[in-house]
Amino acid sequence: MSDTIILEVARFNPERGGEPSYESFEVPLRPDWMVLDGLNHIKDQLDGSLTFRWSCRMGICGSCGMMINGVPTLTCESLLINYAPGPVRVGPLDHFPVVKDLVVDLDDFLAKLQKVRPWVVRKDDFKPPREFMQSPAQLEAFHQFSLCINCTLCYAACPVSGLDPNFLGPAAIALAHRYNLDSRDQGVEDRLDIVSQHEGIWDCTVVGECSVVCPKNVDPSLAIQQLKLTATKEWFKSFLLPRGKH
Amino acid sequence: MSAGKRSNEPLVWLLFGVGGFFAAFFLPVHVLFYGLLFPSGLVHAPGYQATLALVRHPLARLYLFALLTLCFFHAAHRMRLTMSDVLNLRHLNTVLAFLCYGGAIVGTVFTVWLLMTV
Repeated sequence: MSDTIILEVARFNPERGGEPSYESFEVPLRPDWMVLDGLNHIKDQLDGSLTFRWSCRMGICGSCGMMINGVPTLTCESLLINYAPGPVRVGPLDHFPVVKDLVVDLDDFLAKLQKVRPWVVRKDDFKPPREFMQSPAQLEAFHQFSLCINCTLCYAACPVSGLDPNFLGPAAIALAHRYNLDSRDQGVEDRLDIVSQHEGIWDCTVVGECSVVCPKNVDPSLAIQQLKLTATKEWFKSFLLPRGKH
Repeated sequence: MSAGKRSNEPLVWLLFGVGGFFAAFFLPVHVLFYGLLFPSGLVHAPGYQATLALVRHPLARLYLFALLTLCFFHAAHRMRLTMSDVLNLRHLNTVLAFLCYGGAIVGTVFTVWLLMTV
């Protein structure tokens, strides 16, 4: 087996203009190297102008998500050797505007995330004398959805996100669901107002790719389907009992 | 979208969902018997009179009404989403909805007429 591998890396510099293109680099093929190590080798040894995000190198921070051979993947968790003999094509995440090379603009995602109020919302003035108590079953109800690291691989995998830029998207909806299911939370109505719109859960056509690519095994597709059921119940209830605004 | 309106999609989604259940579990049974086993002679087919008597039973009519109309709405929803996303016709969403759900409503009316007059 060859001791090197070719990385075809997407290049785009808005200051120079022009179309995004791919540039090939030959990097060492070491058995313990991840794709991210290959990119860092390029940056350190071959071309210091290559731009990409990374931080923790252990699948926690969620910043090194890229398209590897067309699949949204965390580059810190993908062994280079699994792509041998190569070449390996590394590009910026699909469905996001590219800032430079492999860096995408996450402003739109962060704005969507904030809309669903992904924190514990209290409507009363209850000040617990100590922490809220939660049973193991109550924790289990939302636990898997709390593992999201905001890596946005699910947005790059979701064809609806590509078709409709206004789609709230898998991670934001899964996190809305996570707080809706939290026994300490009282913000369900507020979040349903957001996710029950057409650009919320109803834009989803259950392709399911979000759940396939999630590196933390969150199941956003399940969250969306469960929310569809909740929203449907609320929709029928709104005819029987006209809902007063809080 | 913060001050937007909650979608009215639950109605068609519910019809789609229940229709999917009928289309997956019950429709194949009819296709198997009336499409393959009876015509091929592998299973003895009930005669015309026996079938007609069965269809005229109120419970059979109710079942056939549910089976056919829900499958129409299931198909309508699936066709609408397939056309809007796969064929990239999202800008024609209102027209597609009118055609697909309109078709299901026409199918429902026809089903009611058929079941009432048979």
